[in-house]
Amino acid sequence: MTLGSVDLHPWFLENAWLIPLIPAVSFVAILAFGKRLGAKAAWIGIGSVGAVWLLALGNVFQWIQRVNGFRATESEHGAPEGHLEAVSAFGRSVMRPFSEASHHEVAFVEPITRSMSWWSNGGMSLDVGIRIDGLAVMMLFVVTTISLLVHYYSTEYMKDDRRFTHYYAALSLFTASMLVLVVADNTVQLLVGWELVGLCSFLLIGHWWEDKPNSSAALKAFLTTRTGDIGLLCGVAMTYFVVERATGTGSFNIGAVNEAAMSLGHEGLAKSLLFWCAAGLLLGIIGKSGQFPLHTWLPDAMAGPTPVSALIHAATMVVAGVYLGARMFPVFFQGFDIAGGGVNLMAAVGGITVIIGAGLAFVQRDIKKVLAYSTISQLGYMVMALGVGAWSAAIFHLFTHAFFKANLFLGAGSVSHSGAHHSFDMVDDMGGLRKYMPKTFATFMIGTAALSGFPLLAGFFSKDEILATAGHNGFEFFMYLGFIGGGMTAAYMTRCVWLTFFGEYRGRKHAAHGHDEHSHDDNGHTEPHESTFPILMPLYVLSFMSVFAGILFAPMLKDTIGSSIFSKFPEWVEPGGDGSLFVSFIHPEFSWKDPLLATLFAAVGFGLSYLFFWKKAFMQDATQKNKALRQGKTFLENKYYLDHLYTDIIVGSVKGPIARGAYWVNQNIIDAVLRLTGGGVRKVGQFTYDVLDQKAVDGVPNGLAAITGAAGGSTRNVQTGRLQEYALLILSGTVVLGGMVAALVWAS
Amino acid sequence: MYLNQFLLLSAFLFCAGFYGVLTRKHSVLVLMSIELMLAAVNLNFVAFGAFRADVVGQVFALFVLTIAAAEVGVGLAIVLLIYRNLKSSNPDDLDTLKG
Amino acid sequence: MLGAQLLVAENAFFYVIAAVMAYGAIRVVTTNNIVHAALYLVVVLAGGAAQYLLLGQEFVAWVQVIVYIGAVIVLFLFGIMLTRAPMKAEEKLTNDLRGAALIPTGLLAAILATLCLDAFSDKTVDLVSPIRTKAVTSAIFRGYLVPFEVVGVLLLGALIGAVVLARRD
Repeated sequence: MTLGSVDLHPWFLENAWLIPLIPAVSFVAILAFGKRLGAKAAWIGIGSVGAVWLLALGNVFQWIQRVNGFRATESEHGAPEGHLEAVSAFGRSVMRPFSEASHHEVAFVEPITRSMSWWSNGGMSLDVGIRIDGLAVMMLFVVTTISLLVHYYSTEYMKDDRRFTHYYAALSLFTASMLVLVVADNTVQLLVGWELVGLCSFLLIGHWWEDKPNSSAALKAFLTTRTGDIGLLCGVAMTYFVVERATGTGSFNIGAVNEAAMSLGHEGLAKSLLFWCAAGLLLGIIGKSGQFPLHTWLPDAMAGPTPVSALIHAATMVVAGVYLGARMFPVFFQGFDIAGGGVNLMAAVGGITVIIGAGLAFVQRDIKKVLAYSTISQLGYMVMALGVGAWSAAIFHLFTHAFFKANLFLGAGSVSHSGAHHSFDMVDDMGGLRKYMPKTFATFMIGTAALSGFPLLAGFFSKDEILATAGHNGFEFFMYLGFIGGGMTAAYMTRCVWLTFFGEYRGRKHAAHGHDEHSHDDNGHTEPHESTFPILMPLYVLSFMSVFAGILFAPMLKDTIGSSIFSKFPEWVEPGGDGSLFVSFIHPEFSWKDPLLATLFAAVGFGLSYLFFWKKAFMQDATQKNKALRQGKTFLENKYYLDHLYTDIIVGSVKGPIARGAYWVNQNIIDAVLRLTGGGVRKVGQFTYDVLDQKAVDGVPNGLAAITGAAGGSTRNVQTGRLQEYALLILSGTVVLGGMVAALVWAS
Repeated sequence: MYLNQFLLLSAFLFCAGFYGVLTRKHSVLVLMSIELMLAAVNLNFVAFGAFRADVVGQVFALFVLTIAAAEVGVGLAIVLLIYRNLKSSNPDDLDTLKG
Repeated sequence: MLGAQLLVAENAFFYVIAAVMAYGAIRVVTTNNIVHAALYLVVVLAGGAAQYLLLGQEFVAWVQVIVYIGAVIVLFLFGIMLTRAPMKAEEKLTNDLRGAALIPTGLLAAILATLCLDAFSDKTVDLVSPIRTKAVTSAIFRGYLVPFEVVGVLLLGALIGAVVLARRD
């Protein structure tokens, strides 16, 4: 095909390697000059991230041009032949392109790749380079936008912090590492970025390491994600062999791995190679993206400063796992046989996480922990979406979630910073803040609505698309799981908003700060008040995105209004093609069933929660008045009865036992398992000693001891302590084994 | 020349070193026997390199040489340390593992 | 194969050197004079270097001479001196495992010989193309740069380790 209308050397895309480089330089600069500059050091970071943000915008525009160029060229040449194969990729007859009019042909948009040899050894060489495609450009935009806002927000939030420059240095390093991960053109480079973001996460969670819980949380986060990284390491090593098996020469190049995965068949060794490769990578995703059962580190990671939670533990680093899943999707697609429908490992992990995370969010007192469990649950949606083949929906949810969750976290930070004396306890230190901080309240409400799937906001469209595609691809079970999760999301967010912003203010207005999070000397903070501009500005921007980001991928609006803006996101991000280089995706036809069902579930969740919190408060207040008016008000009495039913039986049974049970499982069983793998041998030994040895066996063992003693005594003679006798025995054994192997080889 | 000439010579040297490691009564002699085994391995590498007309055999032999040199350095330092502590260089005297 | 057998001079050299090496190797592991053992090791290593030359691998041959005979043997002699090892053949330097050790040694020799004879009995070494130093260096500094660097770090580590271990304090 001709590429007449495509700019073959787009400057921004070809020079995307600058994007990780600039924050890396800024990291060094802040470390070098930070102490001398004091608070001005922040502006090095802000300036560098601002520059990077502009580069990312340039990337976005040039990528869109490129997509349009490719697609325009393609439509001149008619529909590609591979179209029917693409449709049969999911092997189901119900599949049709998302919209016949605009998607009847989809050309593969060549990513921009540039690389140089990093080092080579024997026949194998490792490259370092960039691979810029729609997915990477989308991530560049998200990471730089959120990072810029967080950098600016932190100038106020972290003012007068004792390690202000270190904080900004770590933020810069994090941004650089995350961008390395995003632009990486091979899996080893991706791994390098992956580990670097883990390191930065560790540094920032433990920013106030003088307090023991903070440093413990940092360690827990580091070690837990490292557990997943064992799998990732194996998976990355296997990507090399996947390519070797398909083409004869191994490579870590992501494009090559994806192509190899698509070409490898479903039989025999290739299938199990792909399966184990995908399973290893999935373990990495589970660790990094807080999936069940390795999610326990994420709520503890809230010990870090709130802007860090927004940037790292909500919007960017934790979605690195999802990004990996999307980047290497053909490996998962083939390895887990996603086209086959039914249940697969990835969808199951995601589905469990959706429910577990949402359930746990009910019982938290700490506003950031509510948001943390909510993040876990939403990440579960993304992983589940990948697992059910809803690739575009997964990364669209990643896109919208980054904005509304960062909005919520920064809002929580604003509440704590200006309204609750740096405490995050909703029950003791918040309540009624709506009156004191109306702007924060408004932005927080927008974030909550977007997260809960309020119609026409960002989260509504992205979550809807996941569920619609899940149902369409033959994963009905996961679709209903997602609906239930959506209802739970609405319910716990309602609780969170009620506790924070409604009712009476429960904080101590003139008390010293008992829950001080850092040594911020705020004499003027005795009364809750609205935050200042550096905190509010990011909230406004993120609220705007939370409202409008959804329209880029809104089949509902597309169906009713019909403008092409409503399907731009998949058009720009999806690689397209005939399924030989990447999975080619089919979008379900829009039906009103899904959004209506989702809204219904969310409304039920919201309604139950509303009745529980608002009405209970109302009724407690009103029953005293009702005592005077009771005779004529049996009607209200009935309503009270209903309230009781809702609160105690329905909400109570949902909220209490299930959530507490899940929380108990979380705290006791999963943590215990993790602890066991850490210091387990000692515990097992202790148990054996205490229970088995001291209690159970104590009566029996005299005879046993004698026998053991005799056996030990006779074998003791072997242990002469002479080195060369040991060597003789070891080497003889080795020689005999070697001889047996030789004989086997010889015989065959 | 046959490849086997070199391989069998190498095997012989290796077995001699093997025997020496097991039987010598002085730690320095044990280290010498290990050097003998490494030399045998090197001969193998070089012979295969020549057989395949491939430079890799020589490259690996050079790496083995380097590592052997490092091993002798550290090994002798350990022997010296043991000698200073136990006033003996006979490996038989290192019997703290005796059961 | 004919060509291989017709290389009389090379074969003669090989067998003479091999016989010397074999004798040297046996003496290294049996002699009762520890300094003699070191000198016999010199003989074996020098013979090895000669074999490398015979195979046309000259660079590694000279490295063997310089590193092994020049440095390692001197190191051994220092080690012998510092541990005040008996310089004269006054006591036996082999232990009572002499007989027992022969069994695995013989077994190993049998296995290795069988395998070699089975797998390579008709393979010959072509001596037409000696490998030049230029090829070796370009292989090391292009293809094997990373292992080369790693070995450099290893040597540094060994250096520091040896100093730390042997320090008297």
